[in-house]
Amino acid sequence: MVDIKIIVCIKQVPGTTEIKINPETNTLVREGIETVINPFDTYAIEEGVRLKEKLAPLLSQTGEEIETIALTMGPPQSGEMLKEAIALGIDKAVLLSDRAFAGADTWATALTLAEAIKKFDDWKLIILGKQTLDGDTGQVGPELAQKLNIPFIGYASSILDINKNRMTIKRLMEDRYETFEIRLPAAISVGKDINIPRVPSLRGKLKAKNEAIPVWDKNYLNLDQSQIGLEGSYTQVIKISMPEHHYEVKMLEGSPDHQVDELYGKLKELNIV
Amino acid sequence: MHYFLTEEQQMIVDICRQIVEERIKPQRAEMDENCIFPAEIIKEIGKSDLFRLFVPEQYGGMGTGIFEVCLATEELSRGDLSVATTYAASGLGFIPIILLGSEEQKKKYLPQLASGEKLAAFGLTEPEAGSDVGAIRTKAVKDGDFYILNGTKQWITNGGEADIYTVFTMTDPSKGARGASAFIVEKGTKGFDFGKKENKLGIRASATRELIFTDCRVPKENLIAGEGMGFIAAMRTFDQSRPAVGAQAVGVAQAALEEAINYSKVRKQFGASISSLQAIQHMLADMATQIEAARTLVYHAAKVIDSGEKNVSRLSAMSKLFASDVAMKVTTDAVQIFGGYGFMKEYPVEKMMRDAKITQIYEGTNQVQRNIIALDLIKRGVL
Repeated sequence: MVDIKIIVCIKQVPGTTEIKINPETNTLVREGIETVINPFDTYAIEEGVRLKEKLAPLLSQTGEEIETIALTMGPPQSGEMLKEAIALGIDKAVLLSDRAFAGADTWATALTLAEAIKKFDDWKLIILGKQTLDGDTGQVGPELAQKLNIPFIGYASSILDINKNRMTIKRLMEDRYETFEIRLPAAISVGKDINIPRVPSLRGKLKAKNEAIPVWDKNYLNLDQSQIGLEGSYTQVIKISMPEHHYEVKMLEGSPDHQVDELYGKLKELNIV
Repeated sequence: MHYFLTEEQQMIVDICRQIVEERIKPQRAEMDENCIFPAEIIKEIGKSDLFRLFVPEQYGGMGTGIFEVCLATEELSRGDLSVATTYAASGLGFIPIILLGSEEQKKKYLPQLASGEKLAAFGLTEPEAGSDVGAIRTKAVKDGDFYILNGTKQWITNGGEADIYTVFTMTDPSKGARGASAFIVEKGTKGFDFGKKENKLGIRASATRELIFTDCRVPKENLIAGEGMGFIAAMRTFDQSRPAVGAQAVGVAQAALEEAINYSKVRKQFGASISSLQAIQHMLADMATQIEAARTLVYHAAKVIDSGEKNVSRLSAMSKLFASDVAMKVTTDAVQIFGGYGFMKEYPVEKMMRDAKITQIYEGTNQVQRNIIALDLIKRGVL
């Protein structure tokens, strides 16, 4: 019997700057693109693993156990990312995957994640990266907390104290630090100032290799098509287009002295110097 | 190049590569310049299970062999030889326990060394004794349930940083090398202190220190394999560990070759990249060929050891001898290809050349390796 569960929500994002867009759905093309764990989510994984390492010896004194679970919603290939999370020390992982989930906005995503989290007992803390590199909204964390009716603290920079019922957490705002004491269960989002993610371990990688990742679909979560995917989304990306940049390049020629004079003249003309 | 690694072996290489790129490379120049011991990097190496590669499964290890140790050591050396030396020297410190330790010693020490929680060191060298084990002056005298150690060890890698030391002493000086005995001594034992930190030509971030024993009382349970077994313990340990010195050499040589190739492509002279000059091309070709030959010999020696073969001294010595000579030549040639820039500290190759030198010296100079090879040839014949 596991007494405390920490759930880390992660997302697979394109590991390349060559973003491709499906012209019909106006969503990102994810198939066939090299993918990585969303960089901010790597800090969420590390914080989950560190909390377990810190709390496990204390809990074992009273015969209690703690477990970390990685959760993602995405195409079947996201299973590989979940294995990476296991190699980094996460205990187990669940993949939410169904064609019906495709095209979800942050609202439908948060709803799907919330329904999945309700399937677990005794979860105390949800950790998310503060935003994703592709969507960049930072909305899923707060929306998820609202759907689960739990407190949410965004941009956490350190967990000062935690026990089974409460945690004290610090975050850095533009001009100040804020410290909160919140009751658990709760959700937090983290950025890169909270820790330095570890390198995977050999035993972790070997465990991950043999790990079967359970896949939960819409039927398992008892979700209606109208609540999820594109249909369940309040927002839809109508069009994504790349900004057009206009550059004018002029190569300066002649002796270095002449080039410097000409460059200085140009910069002066543009009121830069 | 394909080395027919298993999935697990490739995982080891990948983990080390990530540590090199993310942790070691950004810090190595500063660590070298200011002699900063890489404590955090070593912790990371421990967390990644790399110390477990040395240790049998029943004591918290991975049950892997010297080949896997060599793969890890080579990759870490591609990043920084100080880090790789620290890693390999800890292994060197606990190999005597693995080979000849009692069940109690193995149970007590190996799990915490395998996890990287504690670091080990190998204390053999003295001002007057290195490869000549019979010249050891540190004495251990039995006194009831204890041995009393007196003497000084010199140039001990991980000195001061390690928690567990395998220390070679003389229990019966009249017997020469056969009167040597090895003890496990824990840091913090009364009468065990550390002397000066050495300021070195290369591997400057690794810790090299004196170990000073003054009436240091060590429990008799810490004697490894009985009195007079010290020489055997040292020799058998070196047979196992020397391919890893070869792997260090291959790693630093590989790093220098990579730097030289990249530089030769961007450095322009006479209107073209110097990589288009046949003089440079032939140097690069020779460097790569020598590295490949060294790597093959190191991998072969490691695999022969892992097969359980008993007579491995010759092959083990050959792998260390050949690979370290290659490393010295390749790193020197890399500096040559960089020209004046290679002589400057802004580029990493001068450090690689300084670092490479130690692989020809430690764990027995290359002259001693030739003695071992020749003696074995004469004793056992060519086959």
